[in-house]
This record gives sequence, C-alpha cells and structure tokens, in this order.
Amino acid sequence: MKNKNIKFVQGNEACVEGALYAGLDFFAGYPITPSTEIAELLSYRLPQKGGKFIQMEDEIASMCTIIGASLTGSKVMTATSGPGFSLMQEALGYAIMAEIPCVIVNVQRGGPSTGIPTHVSQGDVNQARWGTHGDHAIVTITASNHQDVFETTVDAFNISETYRTPVILLYDEVVGHMRERLLMPEQGELPLVERLRTSVREGVDYHPYLPREDGRLPMSDFGGVHRYNVTGLFHDMWGFPSDNPKIVHGLLRHLVDKIQNNVNQIARFKEYFLEDAECILISYGSSARSANHVVASRRPRGERLGLLELQTLWPFPYDLVREKCANAKYVVVVEMNMGQIMQEVRKAVDRPEKVFLANRIDGVFITPTNIRDILRLIQGKGV
Amino acid sequence: MAIKDFLRERFFPHIWCPGCGHGIVLNSLLRAIEKLGMSKNEIVVVSGIGCSSRISGYVDFHTLHTIHGRALAFATGVKMSLPELNVIVPMGDGDALSIGGNHFIHAARRNIDLTAIVMNNRIYGMTGGQYSPLSGYGTLATTAPYTNIDYAFDTVELAAAAGASFVARSTTYHVQQLTKILRQAILHEGFSVVEVLSQCPTYFGIQNRAGSAVDMMEYFKNNTIPIGSKAKKENPDLIERGVFVEKEMPEYCSEYDKIIERAMKGRT
Repeated sequence: MKNKNIKFVQGNEACVEGALYAGLDFFAGYPITPSTEIAELLSYRLPQKGGKFIQMEDEIASMCTIIGASLTGSKVMTATSGPGFSLMQEALGYAIMAEIPCVIVNVQRGGPSTGIPTHVSQGDVNQARWGTHGDHAIVTITASNHQDVFETTVDAFNISETYRTPVILLYDEVVGHMRERLLMPEQGELPLVERLRTSVREGVDYHPYLPREDGRLPMSDFGGVHRYNVTGLFHDMWGFPSDNPKIVHGLLRHLVDKIQNNVNQIARFKEYFLEDAECILISYGSSARSANHVVASRRPRGERLGLLELQTLWPFPYDLVREKCANAKYVVVVEMNMGQIMQEVRKAVDRPEKVFLANRIDGVFITPTNIRDILRLIQGKGV
Repeated sequence: MAIKDFLRERFFPHIWCPGCGHGIVLNSLLRAIEKLGMSKNEIVVVSGIGCSSRISGYVDFHTLHTIHGRALAFATGVKMSLPELNVIVPMGDGDALSIGGNHFIHAARRNIDLTAIVMNNRIYGMTGGQYSPLSGYGTLATTAPYTNIDYAFDTVELAAAAGASFVARSTTYHVQQLTKILRQAILHEGFSVVEVLSQCPTYFGIQNRAGSAVDMMEYFKNNTIPIGSKAKKENPDLIERGVFVEKEMPEYCSEYDKIIERAMKGRT
C-alpha cells in the first residue's frame, strides 16, 4: 500500500519539511552551494502557507533580516554554506546578545575560502562554536540521515524558542544532496515549542531582559503593547545600553549559563553496541553513516566495535562522552576535517592518548574502507 | 500628544556633544511623527552604529539598535514580517553609505516601505573623526591628516539612481522644512530617503576649521538653496534642498502579498 507520508527527498528538502513542520514563517537567504535548494524550495512553499521568503543582497543582510523578522514574532531561518556562514558571524553574535530566536543552516562544503564548493567537508565545526567574537555559548546540531535531519530541524526551532538563542544546524554536502526516504511525521507527532510571550499587561512596566526564575525571558512582539529597546551592547533589564560592571558581568554569565547549564537537556545522540565495545567510534553527520557501516559489518565477526553518533556538537557533551568511553581501549573519531571534534573528545576522556582520528580532508566522502584501514593501523595490524 | 511623550526620559542624558546636530534631527523627527497621529505601538525605529544611531534608544517606540551598517537589513525583516508597522531607519553617513552602502541601494531597488534618514555630518564621530564617504575631496580627518583624496557620494543622486521612490534633502538649520519632509517621507508608501546635513563641531568642525556649531549651521543657511533656484546656475557649488523624487511605484510588501495570493491559489 502506498503511504503518502513517505517521500524520497534530498537532505536539504528534509530540512525544509522539518522547518515548515516546526512552524517556519520567514526565510531570508542568498544562493550558495550546497545549500541553495533550501532557499529554492522555501521560495515556493512559504507563500503557500502565508509565510514570507526574501532573497537578500548577501548573507550579512540575510542574517540581519531574519533577526528583524523574529522580533515581530515570526519563526525564522536562513541557510548557507561556509563563505556565507563567515559573513553571518557578526549578526549571529547580535542574536546571541539580544537573545533573539533564529535558526541558521550551514550545509558544509570544503574550505577555507571558496574552497571546494560542490564537495563534502565537516570543517566548520569550530567556526560554529567560535565564529563570532567574544565569549558566548552556542547550540549546534547535526544529523546523518534524512529522518534525523527532519527531527533535528524541528528540534532546532524548539531549542531556539526555549532558550531564546540562535541555533546552528550544521549539516554537510553529502547529507544535503543525498536522496533517501523520509517518513513525514503527522502533525502533533513531534512536540513543538511556541514562543513564550509575556503576560505583563499593557501599562505595566515590562522588563524585556529580566529573566524569570527558570532563566527564561518571555518576549513581547514588536508591534505589541510593550515598547522596549533591543541592542547588541551590554544592556540592563530594559534593554538599554550599560557599562555597569555588575550588569556586564551578570548578562554575560546569563548568556553562557543558560546554554551550558542545560547541556544534558540539549544533548542529542545515538549509540550502537557501546555496552561491551573495546573500540568506540565517535562520529556525526554523514561520516557517521560510514562509521555505522563499519560497526554493523564487523560485529558479526566478533569485533567489539561500537558507535557513538553525536547530534548535538555544541554545547559539547563532555560528561556523556567521558561516561560512554570509560571502558573503551580505543576511541576513534571519524570526521571530515583535521580533528575538530577529536580535540573535544580528547578533553573529555580519562586518557587522551587513547583517542585517534580517522579522517578525510580531500573533498571525498569517507568510506567504510577508509575507516577499516585506519582501525587496522591503530591496532598495529598494518593496512 | 506632546513631543515629550515620545521620549524615554529614563535614558537621558543623551551621549551627543554640545552643538551636535543630531538632537535637532530627533526634534524634527518627533514633531513630524506627532503630526501623523499614529499610535506609538505602530512605530519601529531601527538604527545601526554610530553617534546618530543612538537616536533609537531615546524614543518611546519599538526600537532596534543593531550592528554597524546593517540597520536597513534588520528593518527589512521587521517590515516584511509585519508590514502594518511604520519603520523608520536613522543612520549616519558612514553607517548608511560606507559599510551599509550595499543594503542602502538594495532596499532602494526593492522599494520596500522604509523611511531612511541619513544624518550626514561628513565624519565618523563616535570613533573620533575619521573621513567618511560623504566627507568629500579636500577635507581633513584623523585618517586624512594631509588631505582627503576620496570623492563624496551625492546621497540624493545615489538614492534616486538605486530606485528610491522618495528622495529629499534638508539641513539642521531648516527645521521647518525638515519636519515637513520627514512627515512626507514617513507617509510615502515605498522606500524614502531623507538626507539631513548635520553638524559635528567636535570632529568635522575643529579639523576643518568650520567654526562653532552656530557657524556650521550658518554655513547650511548660506550654502543651500531650494531646488530649482536661479542661484544654482550662478554658483554650482550651492547644495539644493527639497524633495527631488516623489513617485508612485509598487511597494515591495504589497507586491509580496500578491505572491502569497498566487501561491495559495496554487499558481506558479
């Protein structure tokens, strides 16, 4: 029987479906490979539901535009790749400082600079973490298959609304362009977080930047009854600029703590055969598919291999990685960069010297054979 | 409603130097808004970075103080997401036409209904007196200690060429005209640009021996003329004031509403 909820789509399309499911109202973007399909599809789909799409003059403008739209109460998103993501960094910091919910998709290609636009890489992991200047916390999520792309996209909107923070969806070219099955969840099947709006009535002093006891900040939409100031400067509870050391200290601590104190709530991961694993592969995004293939094909031969697939990259789940890898003899991080997540895994585990890197950085997708060869080398067996 | 009701007195004193022209622009802007009879909740002021951009904090509307040069991009998001809002975007000369030059021409090209005010004091004031793209050839600045060899943009010509459907210029001396023009600009449906020649006695004035704030305003009085004055033929260096462009053109958000209508009917 034909199931109309099953689609055969690109990862970029799964991201679009997830965003629309989450209630996306507004998208601004600029064409860039390999993310362009997201903009193309949304230019078609958004107006069908009364939403808005705009192609801006560059990625700087795109990022600024979605922040403006978010302030009126819209759920917003932009999508880009490395060079565009570089251009978005200043405004990304603004969204962090002014605590404005928004979702930024980066479908990674090879860099630096123009790099290798049509080929895969996972080189923007640290840029997602530290791309914008100054101390800050950030949420970055990824996925290895289209069902998870859909779900992590929904999750990105939910996290963004919950913590009033930008969320980066860090996919890669293979996930973005590969086609596979997507089973569309029914409405109501996945939880959706709507914007928390203030209950303060008209005429009563509303403090837009005074967190509630639970740390959350109820918003008031632009155009509503509360008029307040939004700025990228350090600001007081009214949103007015301040260089008072107490206020500066308190705000920066709030911005970092609201994310870092919720690492466990934000952490998404999947695990395969970890219980008795001697060798644990840690991977994320498309490279986790090859890692998973290695584990699944070697297990029947009695090799005690396991896989920890990370979906939340930032805030990095150090405690989770430490616990999961406590009994492993080797930990091999499989990624398509020079070891950006491997560095974090080394910080997390009891013995950093047991952590190895299985990578590929030539724009070619890392294969199960590549990983198996590296595993043999680590085990002293030769290729 | 009195002008005072539009100010957030809690946030005063303001940061502007004695003699700065920006307070006069603020005064004219609020007088223009007062005459419109809009609710304060319908007005959004979006600004960037610089002395001029602090204007947003002082007014009791929805205010968005953003990053350098990008005010028009933020404003585009606000306006397109909620077109019933009146969005006013005060910017400095560097903010609007140097770092923000690209957004300026593209907002004009789209004819999105924003009111862009370029408070042109021909200098970067907040960073202490560097030349801007409106300083002009032969001026002095902390980054042009010998002389400035950069030519200035003509804001009016640039805006008109980029497609703005309302383009005007006035000065901080001509406050009656300025108030009237700002009111027209806010009421205009489409992208409107108002260039206001404003004085910075602290940096532009001292470095260029332009005298006190009063002297600088005197200069605006003596060196500007209404559009079409005969005096311009005799002295081409005189700067024209008034409304240069005012035309009816499809506005961007209204056009997008038609896209939505089409998409909902299933037509591509």
